[in-house]
Amino acid sequence: MITAKNIADTVSSLCIRANTVLRSDAKKALNRSCACEKNAKAKFILNALIENYKIAEKEQSPICQDTGITIVFAEIGLQANLKIDIGKAVNAGVAQGYKKGYLRKSMVKDPVLRGNTGNNTPAIIYYSFIPGKKLKLTVLPKGFGSENKSKLFMLNPTATPEEIKKTVLSAIKEAGPDACPPYMVGIGIGGDAGKAVFLAKKALTYKIGFWGETSFYKSLARDIYKNGNALNIGPLGVKGRTTLLGVNILTFPTHIAGLPLAVNFSCHVLRSASATL
Amino acid sequence: MKTITFPATNKKLSKLKAGELVLLYGTIITGRDQVHKQLADKLRLKKKLPVNLKGQAIYYVGPTPCKPGEIVGSCGPTTSRRMDAFTPALLKAGLTAMIGKGNRSKEVIKAVKKYRAVYFATIGGAGAYLKKKVTSAKIIAFPELGPEAVYEFKIAAFPAIVWIDSRGKTL
Repeated sequence: MITAKNIADTVSSLCIRANTVLRSDAKKALNRSCACEKNAKAKFILNALIENYKIAEKEQSPICQDTGITIVFAEIGLQANLKIDIGKAVNAGVAQGYKKGYLRKSMVKDPVLRGNTGNNTPAIIYYSFIPGKKLKLTVLPKGFGSENKSKLFMLNPTATPEEIKKTVLSAIKEAGPDACPPYMVGIGIGGDAGKAVFLAKKALTYKIGFWGETSFYKSLARDIYKNGNALNIGPLGVKGRTTLLGVNILTFPTHIAGLPLAVNFSCHVLRSASATL
Repeated sequence: MKTITFPATNKKLSKLKAGELVLLYGTIITGRDQVHKQLADKLRLKKKLPVNLKGQAIYYVGPTPCKPGEIVGSCGPTTSRRMDAFTPALLKAGLTAMIGKGNRSKEVIKAVKKYRAVYFATIGGAGAYLKKKVTSAKIIAFPELGPEAVYEFKIAAFPAIVWIDSRGKTL
């Protein structure tokens, strides 16, 4: 039986794990990039980033001081028969984890009037339903330097894959050195404006190397990756061949009149952690 | 590798060239969005500042809370661009260096040249790595801002890249 306490304790430990232990796919990508990088400054930085995640893991310290806005994907089994307020339990877990893990509290009560909430709640929670009895929780702490570079483009329905690629590359160029490259790029295509943005973010929870769901989108993602790395932005903008760690695309059917395209960036500290109850 | 110790004079900083990797030492202060807004407001109204900016370097950071026994929490740089609107006023008031990440506006580049200051970028996202380069930390102003308070950091062998030099050249 899933209880509110189960959920809170799980979310708490996911917040701490995601913020202190870099995802294994991100570690692999950093090490691979470092081995291939020829630019001396870029290599110095990539080595520092590798040392950084090692120190963070060893000392259970946050990998980055921006421990994020806490995004939680709650996938609820239709037969889970939960009679509890999941949102309340998730938020209790966020408050608990951010305190226990010495994570930075970055949420403000009001977008204009500001004022820190003191415990990093509320989390942004996306609920969805899945078959079965289980509850799957994924925590994605999202740093805001990279979040600020998010883009939504409402392309024409006649836009070609080449135009999509050029549009994404323009967003990467605009992000430039500001949001801690090498980036992981999440791309959402289709649906309505909101769905495209959601998919772009969700794409960041998929492993580096997922690329896309079909061979068409896998090859589009690989093409964007190749061209993105050729932009010569490099780690933190010092130039070099390491601008991207990966590109993942998620899609949804859309309307005859449009082709929504959203881009969501993660910095090199690509964090997320999941658990199933 | 060149080294610079803060507080530093414009003359010393003028030896640095855009693109150089350097190691920073000495005493610096921290400050980000809300601190910049409040300092710029005070300067505009000719009010006394709660921190001395003369010859100082400001580091754009909001550290994570300190664990028991730690000097400081994770403390990598935040995006510098958000400070752009307030930076020329702070440089005019005597600030000589800034440490952050990413590019700056044309106005900031012009002001850096005018006041012969320097803008450094350090390693974004390397919060755990950079905390090892901080040898002491204490809050000296705006404690009410929580993670955005102004700290005085003592740093040693803190890596940075000269992003805008005192002649206004950029990386």
